[in-house]
Amino acid sequence: MNDSTQTTPVGLLEEEQIADFIRHAIKIDHPREMIIDILRAIQVNHGWVPDEGIELAATILGLTPLEVEEVATFYDKIFRKPVGRYVIHLCDSICCWSLGGEAIAAYLQEKLAIEFGQTTSDGLFTLLPSCCIGACGRAPAVMVGHRIFGHLDEQKVDAMLDELRKEASA
Amino acid sequence: MNETPQLLFKNRRPGETVFMEGYRATGGYTALEKAFREMSPADLRGLVKEAALRGRGGAGFPTGVKWGFFPADAPGVKYLVCNCDEMEPGTYKDGELLKADPHQLVEGMIVSAYALQTEVGYIFIRYAYEPQAENLRRAIAEAAAAGYIGKNILGSGFDFELHVHGSAGRYILGEETALLNGLEGIRPNPRMKPPFPAVKGLFGRPTTVNNVETISNIPHIINGGAQWFKDLALTPDGSGTKLYGLSGHLNRTECFELPVGISLREIVEVYGKGVRGGKRFKACLPGGASTPYLTPAHMDVALDFSSLEQVGSRFGTAGVTVFDENTCMVAVTLNLIRFFARESCGWCTPCRDGLTMVRWLLETIDSGKGIPEHLEMLKEQLKNISGNSFCALAEGAMGPVAGLLNHFEQEIVDHIELGRCPLRK
Repeated sequence: MNDSTQTTPVGLLEEEQIADFIRHAIKIDHPREMIIDILRAIQVNHGWVPDEGIELAATILGLTPLEVEEVATFYDKIFRKPVGRYVIHLCDSICCWSLGGEAIAAYLQEKLAIEFGQTTSDGLFTLLPSCCIGACGRAPAVMVGHRIFGHLDEQKVDAMLDELRKEASA
Repeated sequence: MNETPQLLFKNRRPGETVFMEGYRATGGYTALEKAFREMSPADLRGLVKEAALRGRGGAGFPTGVKWGFFPADAPGVKYLVCNCDEMEPGTYKDGELLKADPHQLVEGMIVSAYALQTEVGYIFIRYAYEPQAENLRRAIAEAAAAGYIGKNILGSGFDFELHVHGSAGRYILGEETALLNGLEGIRPNPRMKPPFPAVKGLFGRPTTVNNVETISNIPHIINGGAQWFKDLALTPDGSGTKLYGLSGHLNRTECFELPVGISLREIVEVYGKGVRGGKRFKACLPGGASTPYLTPAHMDVALDFSSLEQVGSRFGTAGVTVFDENTCMVAVTLNLIRFFARESCGWCTPCRDGLTMVRWLLETIDSGKGIPEHLEMLKEQLKNISGNSFCALAEGAMGPVAGLLNHFEQEIVDHIELGRCPLRK
């Protein structure tokens, strides 16, 4: 991971979000079911979940940090290390593979000058492999946030990166 | 072109989502009104059994039989959980359904909950389907505003609350007991069965887990009747329509609602518009990544549970992934095994170590460094892993390996003898 992605600390959760989570946790019988919701909310605000995020979720839910950590580390869409502003999840499952997914993977690595698991030096993009993203009819495809970019070829990858760069500088 | 009565895709238009007004306009919530005013929970369970609906999530277990095991009359909290963790490669039908018409699932959940007397429902939905989760949250709010969710629904005395529960990736969450652990907020390894979820499921209480498409069929069965539903299928023992998600080397890769029992040929030639580039069909996965391959010899097999079992494969989720004549089946199987090995939760040895071993064997053979003993080792692993894993993941992972050995053993031998892939020059 590139250090430049560790930008100025952003709040993990707004005060109001913490109060809402606590209110909800008191109201329901099994507050532990909220772990993923809280971790995802932290990630929306902060980009990834640092140790302090694990501790915050544990405090809200009355759990130990370890109880939160063993859940957090199971999932590949919870990031325990810094990531770029846009995480590109490249589907490497069978349908995307059958329609040239490996070439798209190679092209993305070349264009971004990073390997899988790395972040670009400007902190904009992290490239990660992913299992099937449910875009089998639009293969090959990637998911960025909750957006799907499908039927990819080199031109469409370029257009996607341009779009995201523009969005980031807006 | 598609003359199949459209149930699940009735309201589907490109780029659009139908909410309460549009859903009502085509008969939405009439099944719910009928169920709550005219039918008892036992009547409903009987109807679903009679309709011979089989689970659409991959395993194909008869829904009515599953519901028959459920202690609907037992006191205390019981749960209905909808599995929308759809993550088997080649499977995207539930995502398409929820993009188009989320109220179907909501209505299905309410009437199913009434049938099973479960007062709390969850829709467990995968991370990649957040737009669909948003559709569901809106549909649930609309249904609650209409009095279909909440206390004393339509004066029946039955209360129901329904929640959407998000996730954060990982295929294993689709295994129902792993899903329950994930929902509870504990590490989602699968659970030992028995006890089955019907006895001890979510939060230790009786729970039924059903797939999105399964639940979405229930309102249609209530409106149309069991016999009508059965007659929708082309096979004598089949029932209903099915969402077929097409992918791979076809000219058209979209999702269609077609009868259960349609032939593979019609899927490929009519709906898929043939194999890309005028090439020949070599093989397909008929129902997702865990189903053994079909070959050109199977073009006229009816796509249904029993007919596909008879030819050594499975109907699975009906996600049909087609491979053309230039495709190396060793490489296909390697891709699939890499997926399963990576998504293994690591809990049991046959899955954690066995799939890793199979991956290594296929990598070695694929790269041209295989020796004849590797073929024997592959066969041995099939015996060692199948039937010996803690949950169904490793069993499913070996489906394509079994298909490779059954239909394409010569391709493995060619790799070993030539020291390279026979299809790559």
